[in-house]
Amino acid sequence: MYRTALRMLIGDKTKLLGLIFGVAFSTLLICQQVSIFAGLLGRASSVINDVRSADIWVMDPSVRTIDASYPMRDTELSRVRGVEGVAWAVPLFKSQVQVRTREGRLENAVMLGVDDASLIGVPNEFLLGRVEDLALPDAIAINPAGFRLLFPGAELDVGRELELNDRRARIVAILDAAPAFAANLTIYTRYSLATAYTNPGRNVLSFIIAKSADGYESNAVAENISARTGLKAVSSSAFRIESIMYIIENTGIPVSFGTVVILGAIIGVAIVGLTFNQFIMENLKQYAALKAIGVKNIRLLSMTLCQAGFVCVIGYGLGLGAVVIFFRSTSDVDALRGFYLLPEVAGGVAVLAILIVLLSTLLSMRRVLTVDPATVFRG
Amino acid sequence: MCRGIEKSFGEGQARVRVLRGTDFDARAGEMTFLVGPSGCGKTTMISIIGAILSCDDGDIRVLGQDLRRLRNGRLADFRLDNFGFIFQQFNLLPALNAAENAAIPLVARGLSTRKAESIAREMLDKLGLDDQTQKIPAQLSGGQQQRVAIARALVHNPKIVICDEPTASLDAASGQRVMELLSEVAMDAERAVIVVTHDDRIFRFADRIAHMDDGAISRVERRKSDSLESSDSPEEPSS
Ligand SMILES: Nc1ncnc2c1ncn2[C@@H]1O[C@H](COP(=O)(O)OP(=O)(O)OP(=O)(O)O)[C@@H](O)[C@H]1O
Ligand SMILES: [Mg+2]
Repeated sequence: MYRTALRMLIGDKTKLLGLIFGVAFSTLLICQQVSIFAGLLGRASSVINDVRSADIWVMDPSVRTIDASYPMRDTELSRVRGVEGVAWAVPLFKSQVQVRTREGRLENAVMLGVDDASLIGVPNEFLLGRVEDLALPDAIAINPAGFRLLFPGAELDVGRELELNDRRARIVAILDAAPAFAANLTIYTRYSLATAYTNPGRNVLSFIIAKSADGYESNAVAENISARTGLKAVSSSAFRIESIMYIIENTGIPVSFGTVVILGAIIGVAIVGLTFNQFIMENLKQYAALKAIGVKNIRLLSMTLCQAGFVCVIGYGLGLGAVVIFFRSTSDVDALRGFYLLPEVAGGVAVLAILIVLLSTLLSMRRVLTVDPATVFRG
Repeated sequence: MCRGIEKSFGEGQARVRVLRGTDFDARAGEMTFLVGPSGCGKTTMISIIGAILSCDDGDIRVLGQDLRRLRNGRLADFRLDNFGFIFQQFNLLPALNAAENAAIPLVARGLSTRKAESIAREMLDKLGLDDQTQKIPAQLSGGQQQRVAIARALVHNPKIVICDEPTASLDAASGQRVMELLSEVAMDAERAVIVVTHDDRIFRFADRIAHMDDGAISRVERRKSDSLESSDSPEEPSS
């Protein structure tokens, strides 16, 4: 009977295409949007991820996200270093700067200044140059996406000069930092240089990153630091979640993405539902005839579910394929870096696609289940 | 065999008493016609016999089974096992070809599609559609579609075949051809065929004609004068 059900569906090419398109479209739209949303949230914590060697972040008590810091007094660093369980603690400066090239291109950048002596906090993903090069005068390292932003069309290289607040900076290394939320251009440099570039007031210590000593648990050490210094100290993973939640709670981003997702689901239900309804309406007399012949409701229902399953699998497959193609073909677009199809998203959307199809078929199916077989005899 | 069947539609003021204590019999090996003016209750009657509609009152025994004692699911099984239906509008599934359409009752009974379709093709063969089995209904003429419907009604070898106006959607010639085939292929000593019709040009195919008027059978007339006529033998009544 399932073969018969599929033949019924495949026999009606126009509606089959409509149904598959509906599911594929919803899948594509929702998968793509949720993936980009997840990627954006990832960017919100990319700096935290890139500083792999530290497991504790210390900051002013008012700070709620990596993207907005409030300076602490420089003396806090030695206080944190004195807390029990802290193996080491180094300063991290973070700020937004404007960068200008010789050619006059102006871009926004996220600048990170790391401890002059240890250079801890620089991601160890050098494409060109070495971490030691950052010890050179006016040395900065930037990410490849930022390089392409500043020098469109140029091959990655080192030695070029930039202007940061009227001061000279020289690119000595290209390193593969994940794109940050606030800007595509990320600059790493020494703490002393970073403070000189941004030229702020006296207090410039944005974050202190620390490592818990062997045998100490990072959450416990973070609590220790808070208790001893009155600063806010959290583990890296907690800070990552906090930074993500900040975006979810304090920006319009989730709402706008959520709207697209809901619209995608509604359009899916509308296309699939209306097409399926039409399919069933056109066959209603035949369904009544089948019932008269002695085919039971449960049989008709499973036939319809079989048709729905077929539509769902093919439509979802095509939609997912389109998403994969989208992210593949945009993988070298810097603005979309770090955005890719997460398996969790694919799985979630699969469930959603099933719900969309199930909802639309069950709504139309009511007509079949209630049609009186006696109507077949009536003209 | 039906005795004193009562059936009304609607409620209160709008209530219409369609069947008024109707008695009706059909016998195996015979083609019984049910004729009468429009609206007299013929379709209602065969719907009740065909276990598609329940009656309000009266006795209805089909193949020894009291239909009033069967519940919904069992009724569907009973129809699937014992009845073949032929409708005025054919009601073939538009996306399926002739063989697939004719095979439906067998597939619904759990036979594999391949086996069912091969049996269906044999049946279509007998109905002169051997070269049309792969065509979908839209590619067939009305007469051919009705022959596919006949194949569907007979493919599972039912004990009773019920036809409502089988020729009403056909021109005279196709109608004659369909009735000829029906009487050739469907007639079997074990099988009762009931035909509801307005079409007096096909009356000659009937073994017996039950005339119905305003919800009751007014008279039963014997046609096709055969030797059995005098002996109202105790052969098993079918419905
Ligand atoms: N479901 C229903 N609800 C209400 N009235 C009905 C219903 N079915 C049939 N009737 C009424 O019952 C009466 C008999 O209908 P039925 O279809 O049995 O007549 P018929 O003899 O088959 O007529 P025709 O020759 O036109 O097909 C008609 O008056 C019809 O309006
Ligand atoms: Mg009628």
